[in-house]
Amino acid sequence: MAPEPYLGPETHTPVRHHILSVLVENKAGVLARVAGLFARRGFNIYSLAVAPAELHERFSRITIVVDAESAPLEQIVGQLYKLVNVVDISDLAPSDAVERELLLATIPTNVDSRTGLLDVIGEANAAIVDVDAHHVTVMLAGTPHGCDAFEKALESYEGVELHRTGRVALPRLGTPPESEKDPE
Amino acid sequence: MQLTGAQALIKSLEQEGVEVIFGLPGGAILPVYDPIIDSSIRHVLVRHEQGAGHMAEGYALATGRPGVAMVTSGPGATNIVTPIANAHMDSTPLVVITGQVATAAIGTDAFQECDITGITMGITKHNFLIQSAQEIPRAVAAAFHLATTGRPGPVLIDVPKDVTQSMMDWWYPSSIDELDLPGYRPEVPLDADAINEAVTLINAAERPVLYVGGGALKSRAERELLAFAERTKMPVVTTLMARGAFPDSHEQHLGMPGMHGMYAAVTAIQKCDLLISLGARFDDRVTGKVSAFAPHAKVIHVDIDRAEFNKVRESQVTIQSNVTAAVSALDAAGATPQNLEVWWKEIRTWQERYPLAYDEPSDDGLLRPQRVIEEILAASAPGTIVASGVGQHQMWASQYWKFEEPGTWVNSGGAGTMGFGVPAAIGAKAGRPDKTVWCIDGDGCFQMTAQELVTARAEGIPIKVAILNNAYLGMVRQWQEMFYEERYSEVYLNADLPDYVKWAEAMGCVGLRARTMDEMKDVIRQANEINDVPVVIDFRTDSSEKVFPMVAAGASNDDIMVHPSLRGEN
Ligand SMILES: Cc1ncc(C[n+]2csc(CCOP(=O)(O)OP(=O)(O)O)c2C)c(N)n1
Ligand SMILES: [Mg+2]
Repeated sequence: MAPEPYLGPETHTPVRHHILSVLVENKAGVLARVAGLFARRGFNIYSLAVAPAELHERFSRITIVVDAESAPLEQIVGQLYKLVNVVDISDLAPSDAVERELLLATIPTNVDSRTGLLDVIGEANAAIVDVDAHHVTVMLAGTPHGCDAFEKALESYEGVELHRTGRVALPRLGTPPESEKDPE
Repeated sequence: MQLTGAQALIKSLEQEGVEVIFGLPGGAILPVYDPIIDSSIRHVLVRHEQGAGHMAEGYALATGRPGVAMVTSGPGATNIVTPIANAHMDSTPLVVITGQVATAAIGTDAFQECDITGITMGITKHNFLIQSAQEIPRAVAAAFHLATTGRPGPVLIDVPKDVTQSMMDWWYPSSIDELDLPGYRPEVPLDADAINEAVTLINAAERPVLYVGGGALKSRAERELLAFAERTKMPVVTTLMARGAFPDSHEQHLGMPGMHGMYAAVTAIQKCDLLISLGARFDDRVTGKVSAFAPHAKVIHVDIDRAEFNKVRESQVTIQSNVTAAVSALDAAGATPQNLEVWWKEIRTWQERYPLAYDEPSDDGLLRPQRVIEEILAASAPGTIVASGVGQHQMWASQYWKFEEPGTWVNSGGAGTMGFGVPAAIGAKAGRPDKTVWCIDGDGCFQMTAQELVTARAEGIPIKVAILNNAYLGMVRQWQEMFYEERYSEVYLNADLPDYVKWAEAMGCVGLRARTMDEMKDVIRQANEINDVPVVIDFRTDSSEKVFPMVAAGASNDDIMVHPSLRGEN
């Protein structure tokens, strides 16, 4: 019997995830090096977001949500540091981080469904960013859980096209990232 | 001063003190081969690019300096992938230069295009695809810095043909600050707390073992290690990658641990209460079944690479450092274990009861491979360098040779690359022409890279090759005999095909053969008298001979099998 196709994790929020904020040199191939390392060593990535780092053009920041079940965090961080283009890593436990994610969705609508949809959008605190006669496009910038919930709420609509960016994170104010804590 | 990119590349290598490049030209690297004519750097023209890579490795292992290889794009580059992977596994410093198609052609499937930086991303310490001639000096300086500092390894520089053909203003970085490596921090300051914790563990230990790995050789820790071991009286084991880091003749040396390690070395680790790992990485060939490895031991793990910590075995203390600095610090802090007399008594009984053993050869039978190695050793000057292939002969070479100093064992450990021996021996001899270099090879391995003896002859690099010709892929045969009910599948090679003597002669070498003990002594003497051309000896050895001791793959080290002649009287 053929194995059932794997349809991916049921939610976007892994049980034991960890957020790595990785400052890298902004050079060709760096993302491939990071992704290749994860693939090669069997570390699972839940999401990955890349953007130029604050102020510097020389550096980019890669925010990686890793599955801390697939390998010990110490291994993942140690191996990442061996990439010559990796400049700095801060690792954030979800409880110490402010995490946000952006969701965009285009939803087919008609006169009958529009009111109900507007309620769903309003409840989620999402914003309408584009419309035509038969669709609305909405945006939600929120917590990953909020995005999960909104995605679930849109499941009852047919033909939704939905994209999520993957999360970015910063340390919660007042709680230092784990790597800077004193080892006990 | 205006130079072409090609001239700048060669001049950069000169700046780095390179004395020899192992390589073979082709279209994309052609511009770089022109200034080689005018350079002080020696170029050794290989017959296959794999040979260039292993020669560079052999050079690096014998001299401690980075090996340099240069090849063309496409198939030239892919032919050197195996040595790069091998060097990566064994942390050998290499700088490999590959030609690439012109920048405008990259991505178009141009003739002999191949994404060698992509292919080698996971098997290099770092690699560079050069975009302009002006960048060449910085890339070369960075490559040497990366290859030789921290945990050493191979670095690849891919240079498109238009880059080597265009002009640049010559400059050279004068310090590492100019290398543009903001994320590279090869060494961190020694953690005094970790040293103190380690001292506490050592002071409490009653059955410690110094588990010495390749990192000890990489950081040239032999003096510090000897001093520390002698003061503390702790037993020492050296892994396959560390042979030569501690003298085999030393009474505290128990030999090699692992799958084919000495009984006393393996068992001392199993029974120890403190395992002090110095630049070793708990390879599965050493640990056997990890959950049963050194079950009573606390672990102090010294490594320059923090990613090795707790990767395989949980440790109580980690010290991120090169071995030399860590051992010096432990010694200076006065770390001293408890009285080790009882421990040594136990170890001595294992050594006495289970020495290395093989059946005495009969007068008319085939040669014993172990005896061949002992005879070569007995006829060799101190400091003789030994390279080997991969297989039974490699294990016997490691077991029966006496390594007394660093740089004398040239071997493929982590990757286990058959065919490593001959080219690596050539590279070692190119780097240490003052030393005798033997390659203890298998018949299978020899057939993989023997063509480099043509290189050796043409370049005047007189190595000596001892083929332990057992007519089999012997190590695989041993596994089939022991674990596959003697069902021998695709391991027979035939001792007479090829005719190794004629083959050697065809390559401009002296070819000799020995079937009996008398012939064996005679050909070794003859080989030692020849110092101008390479010598190849076909030693006809017994196919049924197996490597002992042995721990079966995945088994506990407690279940070590010794030679049959030593079994049974328990
Ligand atoms: C490139 C490569 N292919 C296959 C193997 C698997 N292998 C390990 S040892 C061995 C046999 C080696 O035969 P030989 O060189 O005659 O040495 P022996 O074991 O007989 O001493 C083989 C096939 C390997 N290590 N490397
Ligand atoms: Mg053989």
